Amino acid sequence: MQLIQTNKALIEANEQTKEPGSNKTATGFKKISPALAAATCSLLSGGHAVAQENDGAWKFDIAALFYAESDSRVSAIEPVFNATKTYNDGEVLNYKVVFDTLTGASPNGATPSDSPQTFTRPSGNGSYTANAGETPLDDTFRDTRGAVSANWSAPINRDWEYAVGAYGSKEYDYLSLGMNGGLKRYLNQKNTTLNFGLSFSADMIEPEGGNPIALAKMAIPEEPGFQTNFDASREDTSDNKTIIDALLGVTQVINAKTIMQFNYGMSLSDGYLNDPFKILSVIETTAGTNYGGNLQDGNGNNIYLYEARPDSRMKHSFYWQTKYALDNGDVIDGSYRFMIDDWGINSHTFDFRYRWQLGDSYLEPHLRYYLQSEADFYKRYLTEDEYNNGTPIIQEASADERLSDMDAITVGLKYGYKVSKDQELTMRAEYYMQSHSGDNGFGKLASQDLYPDSNAIIFQIGYSF
Amino acid sequence: MTLHTCKKWISLLLITILASACSNLGVKPWERDTLARPEMQLIHDPVEAGLDDHIYFSKEASSGGRGFGGGGCGCN
Repeated sequence: MQLIQTNKALIEANEQTKEPGSNKTATGFKKISPALAAATCSLLSGGHAVAQENDGAWKFDIAALFYAESDSRVSAIEPVFNATKTYNDGEVLNYKVVFDTLTGASPNGATPSDSPQTFTRPSGNGSYTANAGETPLDDTFRDTRGAVSANWSAPINRDWEYAVGAYGSKEYDYLSLGMNGGLKRYLNQKNTTLNFGLSFSADMIEPEGGNPIALAKMAIPEEPGFQTNFDASREDTSDNKTIIDALLGVTQVINAKTIMQFNYGMSLSDGYLNDPFKILSVIETTAGTNYGGNLQDGNGNNIYLYEARPDSRMKHSFYWQTKYALDNGDVIDGSYRFMIDDWGINSHTFDFRYRWQLGDSYLEPHLRYYLQSEADFYKRYLTEDEYNNGTPIIQEASADERLSDMDAITVGLKYGYKVSKDQELTMRAEYYMQSHSGDNGFGKLASQDLYPDSNAIIFQIGYSF
Repeated sequence: MTLHTCKKWISLLLITILASACSNLGVKPWERDTLARPEMQLIHDPVEAGLDDHIYFSKEASSGGRGFGGGGCGCN
């Protein structure tokens, strides 16, 4: 196509050599024939280079993320490789590969207690313990995840653009496959852009030892007939969930320095939505010495039940973002998201960044605030009455701290350095602080810290070329 | 006029106002030099945005907003 354009340009140059009212094309042609010959030779000899240029240019981003929670909880290393090719016609091809290695311990949902607690490992092989007064953490949390995605977008005509993509990720016990599509419509000289996107994902979960049956009692290795009881608490088959996302958005250029976006997103999850590694403690309500302590079965073992969530969830999110360029080259970036779902959760997320341009480098302070209300079925523990001697009177319950009343603050700083025109080095360090609140228990339980804060450090280094 | 009809007219009026407001906003193609800067793209660093989305998806009950908020991870 470039070759055609070059020849067209030369023909136009030839036309321009004509004097008005005269017919000296032959002379004009003579004038440009050396140039034409030179151009042809150049195109033939350097054809490969030109073809490469015509095909567009690749841009690569490599990055590594280090994430570590306090108190030896989860730590993760996540390398990313991202390749984007932009063609001259405006088509964009993107590949992304992400690896994720997680180790550490994660809260299992049980309450801390005034005596040591023993829990069965999720696989059913062996047990782990929590000392008196300790938040019970499942220390078998170890996983490696690989994710790949490919996306393609291209203009249909001056006003329309489409995008398609596919995605897949695999963990030891989890598989996710997805695809997405989108349409863009440009209006008002491309000052207004309407976005419409759809995404479909199918996930399969098959944990070692099987998925727990909702609200089934956790079998404890010390109890008689453990294997039979463990098998009775587990499903034989894998479980699935599907997620459908739809996104409607408007991007508006406000003026030469301001751009704004509004998005509405809808997400419907359907299927197995439990976390198979989360349990609930059952707390004794009978007046006496163990009032507020763990309820025990006939064998003297604490009673814990596997969590039970609804099998569908509908989320709605409203997102606003504005970017504003200052005269000195600095950029202000602010966003707000409101999310509401049919689990009774709503959340507010405020995000603010200030890019402080310092010649070839920049510093970007970042502040994020997140506030969330608890799910209707969130329970820090179950009572003896709710347990009802093994026939729970409730259908849904989860002590997953991520479904509780929560607020979180992230503070961070990013540094970027433009090594050359097309190369950039970036580093960022962030600190994430999460705190929870809710029902503080009764009796002996009231003296335990049911909502310990959790903090994490995030460090990322990246290079674009 | 019933409440339903009233709501319909108000919605129509709001859409018209918004549409006309949008058409008055914006810049000419030759005024786009600042907006064309890479750091003025709404998602300036997609890799960082993807990593952040993954962290917050695994630690909080909300996801999505600027993009799809679906699954893809057994972490939540």
